[in-house]
Amino acid sequence: MSSSLIESQRSNPKKFVVPFRRHEPGTQPEYFYPAYRATRLRAPSQPLIFLPHTVSEVTGPVFGHSAIHPHDQDLTIQHVGEPLGERIIVRGRVVDGDGHAVSNSLIEIWQANAAGRYAHAKDDHAAPLDPNFTGTGRTLTDNDGFYSFVTVKPGAYPWRNHDNAWRPAHIHFSLFGPAFVTRLITQMYFPGDPLFAYDPILQSIPDERARQRLVSKFDMETTKPEWALGYRFDIVLRGRESTPFEK
Amino acid sequence: MDFTPTPSQTVGPYLHLGLTDARSISRVAGDGAKGERVWLTFRVLDGEGVPVPDAMIEVWQADSEGNYPHQDSSADGASFRGFGRLATAEDGSCTFETIRPGCVRGPAETVQAPHINVSILGRGILKRLSTRVYFAGEPVNAADPVLALVPENRRATLLARPGPARTGNWVFDVRLRGEDETVFFDV
Repeated sequence: MSSSLIESQRSNPKKFVVPFRRHEPGTQPEYFYPAYRATRLRAPSQPLIFLPHTVSEVTGPVFGHSAIHPHDQDLTIQHVGEPLGERIIVRGRVVDGDGHAVSNSLIEIWQANAAGRYAHAKDDHAAPLDPNFTGTGRTLTDNDGFYSFVTVKPGAYPWRNHDNAWRPAHIHFSLFGPAFVTRLITQMYFPGDPLFAYDPILQSIPDERARQRLVSKFDMETTKPEWALGYRFDIVLRGRESTPFEK
Repeated sequence: MDFTPTPSQTVGPYLHLGLTDARSISRVAGDGAKGERVWLTFRVLDGEGVPVPDAMIEVWQADSEGNYPHQDSSADGASFRGFGRLATAEDGSCTFETIRPGCVRGPAETVQAPHINVSILGRGILKRLSTRVYFAGEPVNAADPVLALVPENRRATLLARPGPARTGNWVFDVRLRGEDETVFFDV
């Protein structure tokens, strides 16, 4: 979409609804993926009904700086002491389908501790809790779409999906973007994890290149000497169609 | 460069840690919001009709005049946020306090009946499910361009019904799979 169209839309928000682009086949998981057992009773069996975007789909909630507290983007300073484990920096850029920065947009993360245990009442994995780690963070992207978190590398953990099932180490990411339809919840993985091939949640994405988009990259530029390894995780939200539809 | 959107993954069973323990929003409309006050209860059921105790519902709606808010949804005391999110309880339910939205403009000079846009997330849900809540008995439903896309015999799954407790209570069942499965939209 040209900048004059964007301007036109901003000055006449009532006139245009510019829809967001649809996903390419294979680049997103299917709902029904029997190897991930919980989908068998929770995936719809009827086909979805195609909904041309209206103002309801192309608008969305806005979160400002009041949503963020000073310690929210450093998960290692939220308690009296420092958490155990390998301190890491996760940094990346959020862009839309045209490569434009998604600025000032809320990102929320949550994760297990270094031993692979969540600070959650329903996690009964026989691994220690860490009194100095909750595993929750949030931040806003900056004007160029960049974000960063300081945390510890989460551990892998067992789950009961199948015999000897283990989740690869991951950090949950939640993003809003500019519209109801740009909402994204996903998981970031770490490079070279031997559990990828055995994980039905990651394997539910048909396209191998699409799966690779969830694997962060070790990044020497983000790595800080004498302090922490850095991982880069860029995120792409849906972009808009180029043709405006007149109301 | 390849800017294919990042794939979705399930929110998992521990979503509360990141998204609802300290970050729930049950009041979509504060005291200052104009309009008819509504307490909307969702109940999420799986393919065997069993309540889903670890789902999350997010809602996004227009105000009583049919306008979507532009201001900060996180600001405390905002009279109308338009946005809410809650985890389901052990009985699969959660309740938002809001106001009945107004009619919203639709495509090509049409008008959309009052509706609330809904996302359903949870363990076993690999990507966001989208649906809409309409209000049973609303006369404008008959002219709604989105309801018109839905086969007539499934439209009732998109209607909230008056709840038993008090005036202003509405109930909406989300049946994820199987008999009377809720209509989900490809947005």
